[in-house]
Amino acid sequence: MSAAGNTALRNAVRPSQGETNFDARRARDDFPILGTDANGNRVVFLDSAASAQKPQCVIDAISRCYSQCYANIHRGVYELSARATAQFEEVRRTVQQFIGAADPREIVFVRNTTEAINLVAASYGRKNLGPGDEVLITEMEHHSNIVPWQMLCEERGAELRVAPIDDRGELLLEEFEKLLSPRTRIVAFAHISNALGSVNPVSEITRLAHAAGAVVVVDGAQAVPHQPVDVVDLDCDFYAFSAHKAYGPSGVGVLYGKASLLENMPPYQGGGGMIRQVRFEGTTYEDIPHRFEAGTPDIAGICGFGVALDYLSELGLDSIASYERELLDYAHGALERVPGLRMIGTAHEKVSVLSFVLEGVHAHDVGTCLDNERVAVRTGHHCAQPVMDHFGVPATVRASVALYNTPEDIDALVRALVATGELFG
Amino acid sequence: MSAELRELYQSVILDHNRRPRNFGEPAGANRSAEGVNPLCGDQLTVYLTIEGDEVAEAGFEGSGCAISVASASLMTEGIKGQKIDTVERLFDGFHGMVTTNPRTEIPDKQLGKLSVFGGVREFPMRVKCATLAWHAMRKALLDAGGTATTE
Repeated sequence: MSAAGNTALRNAVRPSQGETNFDARRARDDFPILGTDANGNRVVFLDSAASAQKPQCVIDAISRCYSQCYANIHRGVYELSARATAQFEEVRRTVQQFIGAADPREIVFVRNTTEAINLVAASYGRKNLGPGDEVLITEMEHHSNIVPWQMLCEERGAELRVAPIDDRGELLLEEFEKLLSPRTRIVAFAHISNALGSVNPVSEITRLAHAAGAVVVVDGAQAVPHQPVDVVDLDCDFYAFSAHKAYGPSGVGVLYGKASLLENMPPYQGGGGMIRQVRFEGTTYEDIPHRFEAGTPDIAGICGFGVALDYLSELGLDSIASYERELLDYAHGALERVPGLRMIGTAHEKVSVLSFVLEGVHAHDVGTCLDNERVAVRTGHHCAQPVMDHFGVPATVRASVALYNTPEDIDALVRALVATGELFG
Repeated sequence: MSAELRELYQSVILDHNRRPRNFGEPAGANRSAEGVNPLCGDQLTVYLTIEGDEVAEAGFEGSGCAISVASASLMTEGIKGQKIDTVERLFDGFHGMVTTNPRTEIPDKQLGKLSVFGGVREFPMRVKCATLAWHAMRKALLDAGGTATTE
């Protein structure tokens, strides 16, 4: 390791167990994939913003579902199906409590955040948007919170408006407010930016949007794993997130929607499980949330997701949040001292994400070099090309921290970055 | 740092990344095509001046990682002044080299300087970077125009 790397580590304050009551090293042992690799090297996984690793209890729960409690749900009269259904609906209540929703009927299971947003666009959007109406999003959105609205606006003759961000990666609230109009029907934005880590003031934005008569759709994919979320507190109308970023399985997502809105929305997809009665003359639909859950869902995955949320509740989101904040501060301090490193996204309120470029080295080359040192990060545009355009870079390196990351992971990242800089220097 | 990584980022490659040769559109270019890697946003335009059955001039513009920029730079050097059928053979040879099993010998002895990209074989994720300019070049050669994509 070079002198620069050593200095970086010496000058940064390491988070210690004494400052928070959270023991990341112990939590790390819950994740079998984070042991050592085939060559006995420590796995440094800093790409949890793309997808988090899974604790053993989640892996076991999925296996247990298939080996002990699996049948199709809401279909059979036999005992096994009844148990599988009860287990499935129990997870709906777990999710409801986890995000502070008032009613389990407000929890719709989908495949992922993307599908949740598409559901709102296709169902609520098609019904309520007409020519000349407006959808307002922000410049920091993930493509999944841009493209569904573009498609909707194109179809309905509506207009997509974009609230700008500043050079720290914070939403310009005044500009946002100016873009609200009596024609704004939907305001959609990320709780936390996946490319920058910026935390948006959800309550404040929601208050402004509601005052303008718009409904609020929040992309919560990056928030749910990292801090407590209470949808009633936030007062948003829809809140979308994925299980796989919250230590649950891939293929499972949640759309929270206020019951009063969901009840007046047409189905998203047609099929089994969402109907009351089907005649060729016409079909009547199930009540919420089943109206939006056509077809057999990922039963075992949803079962595993319930266990993932229990796991997070047990560790405590407040403890996780304060530990991760300390780790992020430590990482900022350490990365600041890497020669030629420019941080992309320096919002005051920031969570989990460290997006940066290394002067004179393309992000993909950095990614390959880090991988060579067994440090896994994401490189590219992170499905947020407008963010890359704002900062005038084609791509960034993104390291993201989760509850199982420790200062050792950050130290490994810094060492690998210093070595990369020297190779290209 | 592993031997594989040093092999990938040989000094020739780092040099061509830092100072790309034939950067820009040559005067009198009569063919061009774009190469885009939608996954990482690499974007190159390759320009050719075709005179009879020969590539008289070659140049490129755009941005990308060290592998894609150095590959474009070394490619333009390698094809300038060559007969079209030789360039076609170089394409096949280059493509073969970066996609063969790393444990085998580099198959084409005719590649010369281009064989510095042999190290890419150890990094399957980077093959698309190394071949981006070549795909664009071939598109320009066939006068197909438009955009070559790695996807």
